[in-house]
Amino acid sequence: MPAYYLEALTVTLGIALLMAEAFIPSKTKGWVGIAGAIGLAGILGLTCLAIGPEAKPTADWANWSLWNFYTFDSLARFYKIFALVCTLLVLLMGVDYRKILARFTDHPGSEAGTGEYHALPVFACAGMMWLASARDLAGAFVALELVTITFYILVSYMRRNVGSLEAGVKYLILGALSTGFLVYGIAWIYGSAGTMSLPLIGTILLDPAACIYYQTNLTPLLFGVALVMVGLGFKVGAVPMQMWIPDVYQGAPTPTTAFLSVGSKAAGFILMIRFLEPFLASPVTRGPVLALLVVLACATLLFGNLAAIAQTNFKRLLAYSSIAHAGFLLLALATWQAGDAQLNAPKVVSFYLATYLLMTLGVFFVLAQVRIQRDGENIADFNGLGTTNPRLALALTVLLAALAGVPLTAGFIGKFFVFYLAVEAHLWWAVGIATIAAGAGFYYYFKVIRAMWWMPPTDSTPVSLPPISTGCIAVLTAAVLLIGIWPQPIWSLLRCVNPPRVVTQVILD
Amino acid sequence: MLALIVLLPLAAFLAILLGAPARLTSIGAAALNLALALYAATSWHCTCWAFSVPVLAKPAINLAFGFPDGMSVVMVLLTAIVTLAAVLSGKAPQGREALYYGSSLLLSGGALGAFAATDMFFFYAFHELALIPTFLMIGILGRGNRRAAAWKITIYLGLGSIVLLAGLVWLAALSGTFDMGKMVAAAGSIDPAAQKGIAGLLIVGFGTLISLFPFHSWAAPAYASAPAPIAMLHAGVLKKFGLYGLLRLAIPLVPEGLQGWLNPLLFLLLGNILWVGYVTVSQKRLDLLLGNSSVMHMGYIFLAVAALIAFPENPLARSAAIVLMFAHGISIALLFGLADRIERSTGSIDLEDLGGLAKSAPAMAFMFGIAAMASIGLPGLANFAGEVLVFLSAFKSYNGTSGLAPVQIACILSIWGVVISAVYMLRAYRNIFQGPSSALTASAPDISLADRIPALLLIIVLFAVGLYPNLLLNLLK
Repeated sequence: MPAYYLEALTVTLGIALLMAEAFIPSKTKGWVGIAGAIGLAGILGLTCLAIGPEAKPTADWANWSLWNFYTFDSLARFYKIFALVCTLLVLLMGVDYRKILARFTDHPGSEAGTGEYHALPVFACAGMMWLASARDLAGAFVALELVTITFYILVSYMRRNVGSLEAGVKYLILGALSTGFLVYGIAWIYGSAGTMSLPLIGTILLDPAACIYYQTNLTPLLFGVALVMVGLGFKVGAVPMQMWIPDVYQGAPTPTTAFLSVGSKAAGFILMIRFLEPFLASPVTRGPVLALLVVLACATLLFGNLAAIAQTNFKRLLAYSSIAHAGFLLLALATWQAGDAQLNAPKVVSFYLATYLLMTLGVFFVLAQVRIQRDGENIADFNGLGTTNPRLALALTVLLAALAGVPLTAGFIGKFFVFYLAVEAHLWWAVGIATIAAGAGFYYYFKVIRAMWWMPPTDSTPVSLPPISTGCIAVLTAAVLLIGIWPQPIWSLLRCVNPPRVVTQVILD
Repeated sequence: MLALIVLLPLAAFLAILLGAPARLTSIGAAALNLALALYAATSWHCTCWAFSVPVLAKPAINLAFGFPDGMSVVMVLLTAIVTLAAVLSGKAPQGREALYYGSSLLLSGGALGAFAATDMFFFYAFHELALIPTFLMIGILGRGNRRAAAWKITIYLGLGSIVLLAGLVWLAALSGTFDMGKMVAAAGSIDPAAQKGIAGLLIVGFGTLISLFPFHSWAAPAYASAPAPIAMLHAGVLKKFGLYGLLRLAIPLVPEGLQGWLNPLLFLLLGNILWVGYVTVSQKRLDLLLGNSSVMHMGYIFLAVAALIAFPENPLARSAAIVLMFAHGISIALLFGLADRIERSTGSIDLEDLGGLAKSAPAMAFMFGIAAMASIGLPGLANFAGEVLVFLSAFKSYNGTSGLAPVQIACILSIWGVVISAVYMLRAYRNIFQGPSSALTASAPDISLADRIPALLLIIVLFAVGLYPNLLLNLLK
């Protein structure tokens, strides 16, 4: 089965869900989310059947010019699986979040008009899957906009909630701004390199004649790269393009926040890997691009972690935590030259994102239930969870400890790889800053653990978990522990990822 | 085989989580583990104890356990003994049995894993696993100002661990492997400048975990607040992880780097012995007194480490440190267990409130007396063997003609610590057990039969090692 069927099927699923939601009379809309999740699970199963043109060069479709825009390597497969799993879990989270959603839409208390909320993430998923395969800046841009525009709707979905509306406006304006930067940057790159195809840019940058040209005319190209990085920096939350994140995360409906912080960030990072690959491969551009990455990583690590210390709202805390993790991921990218075939920057970024998915979505599942039942998202609303719900508190403790990077959890292995590569790349300053960042992270995640176990409960009725949330939290917590001791399940998905090309010298005639 | 010893407490923890009877399960697991550890001590040379499963190809990390030398055996034995005593002697608050016993098992499993691991990754990871329940239990079930104490230990040890991790990763990056055996085999290849940096990180990181002066202020309030089994396990066993790490990794791998830190280290360990010693004398509560005394005694073990740094060819110092680690672990666990018993029977732990308890509780007075004597270092008890060996090892290269080396001056000063510990321990004993009875002690019940078993277990070990130290020294040959 050619790989592009996956995106086609996902979009079809989304349209089918929208139509079914519109025409099937039903008071509750939870089934839309469940049907979507089942559909996505089916597509997830099909990813192992999907093949690219390399696997079957004789087929008709293998010679289509589509493959100039679209690739299906193991990195693409990994991020497609990532997008599908993430969306599936977000849909399930949305099913349990219906009550809050219904309270803030046009007919308070009724679920009429909330159906699209469960169908739209499927479209964003299609966009992320396409991004995973993009090898042309034009195609990547269209896919990224599919993701972003879907998020404009999802973020401000709770129309009668001021916070959600504020978040929607902020996200819309800053999203549009970042799109502007992105397009402008692509234009400069096109003007300077004459193509928008990333493999072709790679060839040009390694061509001796072109390199002589670029020795004196590099500025326009680098300017374009910097502008595109500004645009992508908005998506992943790199400092100084992070200022929208706390407000938008806090205001958006919790499942959307989870989707933003995992799905959207991963989409940004796969695009960053694909986009930077030609520039990091060539000795002409590598130096400045790596310097840019190191500076971004250090700023993001410091700001995200230090600003998180003072937070009292848990959702806002998670927003800063997502900035902090973006810092670690950027640091991993900045070690591009250090790795080898077994352990290298693209693999480590992907592995880190996978562990980040498990931990963050698990925490958001708990947060969504606390939001519904305690009607608050402050750290103080978790007070005494250890007495009223010991097992839930234990699960959240594991997840938060993993986010903090405590050993024997998935989060530690991710951070460990990043530190290992950074040491191999001799980025000593960045290692020092990352150590401070990890120390700060330890402090603010344990603030929540402290609230759960040490503080007396303000509300002695236990938080009761619906079955879907219970199952998801249990599976995610178990996975965090398992990956922490035995990372092979994720690692084997990344086994065939090609090591990054690092050409040290272009031979000149 | 060794994996079984590590996994047994963790499996018992899972069983308790799923609803098995907490007290019975934990006692059963701890007793079985002690039997296994004793068996291991008799046959540790056998390769059948080693265990290894690959976890990652690059960097090569294995979930590997084994006994590289007798030091691991002694530490595993210490953990198994103290664990059994801890689960036997605690009394869980109503309805919190699962939490109380479960966390003790988790702590024990983590400590065993750290002492048995031969891969640095898991050496570090298992120690962290043991720290988390310590923090949580002090905050949940502690006494007095538990939240402040728990938050303080969390922050101190959390940051200490991160500094330690930085040092360990640096060490691994330079040695190119995480296998501690291979690292030690390739020792000497690390350049001296890097050694100095690594040694500094390791001293601060491990030092925080061991409560080295001036990173010690978390220890006394935490132990005073902690529930009895947690105080016993942390002060008795887990705190020794730092010393174990210094002996296992720092001394063989970065000897030249440590040389540069020798004089500062001597000052700090004198801070432990003299400064904290005087602080201990002024304590008015038994739990704070014991907490501070445990910080103070770390100074002696550091003295042995310093002697080993100063004179690398000094097998005596290494044995001294290990014997004293073992002895201190057993005696401090016994003291914390008995302090808990005193509080349960009289309702107070304030030295001012108590007095004359020996009349109403003679057995308790006898046992506490032995523990106090052990802590002072009376001959015949295990601590004496350790402390004498430490003092001897510091004078290893002294021949009467050359002047005194810094280590020897520090040793002479630290002998004063023996007097200090006699002062506070005997004073505490007099205030609690002798003199006129107070309202609280007049009708206090004596120690019950069930509570005598763990105390007797620890006392027997103290006497056995004290009278025949070769029990341990033979393992260390």
